[in-house]
Amino acid sequence: MNALALDPRLTAQLTFRMRPALEFVPSGVAALDALTGGLPRGAITDLYGPASSGRTSLLLSILAGATGREEVCALVDSSDALDPSSAASAGVNLERLLWVRCAANPEHALKAVDLLIQGGGFGLVALDLGDVPPQIARRIPLATWYRLRRAIEDTPAALVVVEREPTLKSCASLILEMQREEVAWSGSAGCSELLRGARLAAMPRKPVRQQTAAFDARAVEAAEKVRGQAEACPTRPLNSLTCRAGHASACPLRASGRTFSAASLG
Amino acid sequence: MFASIHVPEIAPERRARLLECARDFSPWVEQTTPDTVTLDIGSLTHLFGSPRNVAEAMARRAAELELAANVAVAANPDAAVHGARGLTGIVVVSEKEAGLLAVELLEAPPEIAATLAMWGIRTFGEFAALPEDGIAERLGPLGVHLQKLARGAGNRPLKPANPPPAFEESFDLEYPLTLLEPLSFLLARLLGALCARLDSHGLATHELRLRLKLENGGAHERTLRLPFPMRDAKAFLKLLSLDLDGHPPPAPVTAVSLSAEPVNPRVVQHGLFLPPTPEPQKLELTLARIAKLVGEGNVGAPELLDTHRPGAFRMKRFTLARNGRVGGQVGGRLALRVFRPALHAQVAAPNGRPAQVEARGVRGRVLQMAGPWHTSGDWWRADAWSRDEWDVALSDGALYRLYRDRHGKEWFIEGRYD
Repeated sequence: MNALALDPRLTAQLTFRMRPALEFVPSGVAALDALTGGLPRGAITDLYGPASSGRTSLLLSILAGATGREEVCALVDSSDALDPSSAASAGVNLERLLWVRCAANPEHALKAVDLLIQGGGFGLVALDLGDVPPQIARRIPLATWYRLRRAIEDTPAALVVVEREPTLKSCASLILEMQREEVAWSGSAGCSELLRGARLAAMPRKPVRQQTAAFDARAVEAAEKVRGQAEACPTRPLNSLTCRAGHASACPLRASGRTFSAASLG
Repeated sequence: MFASIHVPEIAPERRARLLECARDFSPWVEQTTPDTVTLDIGSLTHLFGSPRNVAEAMARRAAELELAANVAVAANPDAAVHGARGLTGIVVVSEKEAGLLAVELLEAPPEIAATLAMWGIRTFGEFAALPEDGIAERLGPLGVHLQKLARGAGNRPLKPANPPPAFEESFDLEYPLTLLEPLSFLLARLLGALCARLDSHGLATHELRLRLKLENGGAHERTLRLPFPMRDAKAFLKLLSLDLDGHPPPAPVTAVSLSAEPVNPRVVQHGLFLPPTPEPQKLELTLARIAKLVGEGNVGAPELLDTHRPGAFRMKRFTLARNGRVGGQVGGRLALRVFRPALHAQVAAPNGRPAQVEARGVRGRVLQMAGPWHTSGDWWRADAWSRDEWDVALSDGALYRLYRDRHGKEWFIEGRYD
């Protein structure tokens, strides 16, 4: 009798469940959206690549897009590496971003992600393991990722994981490998050079695509620092970004602590 | 039936006694004026007998409280008040006695009082006898209302002045509690009672204060401030438990006191097409749990400070912002991942320009560089900064931001572009 009574419950658990079609949201990078359709909701997206490959730049674009849609987002930062200035410059509405700083503790980061997904209501949850060494990231049991995939499955949230090497395997619905194609420098060598930005590329590894989504990421500080100071300084020609030694000493911005270094101007 | 107690020329310090005297008989007490209270005695006749007996009991109680009071009983509150003010001793106001009251008790406006005096009207009875149509024609609606009062036909409801409810629960323990788990059972009971009382008044709270009396004679106080009003006992219990886990009392607990600041509940209009947001109560619990995990200062929303100091920000409490600034897509930006704290680096810099960089986890030859960008500020403060920034591409394939502290002449890696 007991076996018969338990039978429907057991069979309900064991029945093959058809997963509904994924809903996609824009990633904030048009080339990537054209290639993949965007980021899947109710699923995990894995962004991986080496240092300076543009993972964080893409993540901030994604967060800017999500907060721009007035969604509430969370960033679980296992290495406490977020630069709020960079995030604000990328267009992230910081008031709608919950930042959890885990002080180099991936275990706490995973627990925090679990709590956030269980709490519900977030449009996007990002887990940044970008500075966690691959040998430590590989120690995270696959069961943990399966559990997170199951937890997020029936929610409208998208979970984005940033890491150095792909460890999510089949748990991720979208896997993107990031690469830096080139770095743009300007100015003359040895004098007044500027980091202008980088050309980045995202290659879908799951589902596999032959094309790559390339996009430009402009350096915030250097370019805007020069432009902002040039525009603010009345003694300086606006069409020139090259410093002159004579200008630096006369620049009124020196008094405000945001001025050029005479030593750097040759 | 209504009774009114009036104490002529009552001293300010005795007004509380007058209210206390009335509350000994009924919770429905109106503080009509500082020297007069009115109460509903409809059901007291079952206890005391006739209305006169009720009035006599009130007079006795007033005498015990050293109040020389007039007590009047009438069919409506206004008639009772006029009777207590115009007649002395204990009176059950009848039509005959009401007719003898001075018309000044009606407290008519000066122009109506002057008109009545000109007509020679001195008592309620004389005023009541005048034709109503003529009063309406000459004195208007207010005159008609005053005449109705003079006839003892007022029908206004009583306006009871209830004391502001106190939302506080406390419990003295017979033996000190050393564990948080039994304390949470006690808190659940107190919170249940507190939230039920808030619910009965249609209120919520945005601040809970917990005061624990300790065995060593001290006290442990915790205040739970919520970003929005709530009255969910289960949510409060979880929040308090998480808070006590993080800040346990230093000694066994001998008494528990819990109070709530009452406020109006939160009213939110939800929209059909708005993006999903976390439920506020669940969000508070989630934040409390994460704060317990990673520390209170490590959860929140980053807020940029209005300063040029590099990397200046503060963490503020995360709340569901409404009508806040809507972020927008600015375009691809090269993000910086910062090292906290900045990595101390050994930099070979012939001619002042970095050529080789070594730090914990970072080592490489400089392939390309931009800088230096000199920034300084807050020179009037002890923590003034002055530094030269460089953006460098190292042979390890990554882009870094270096800076040289001009005070300490040391090199640091601030972060890595990613």
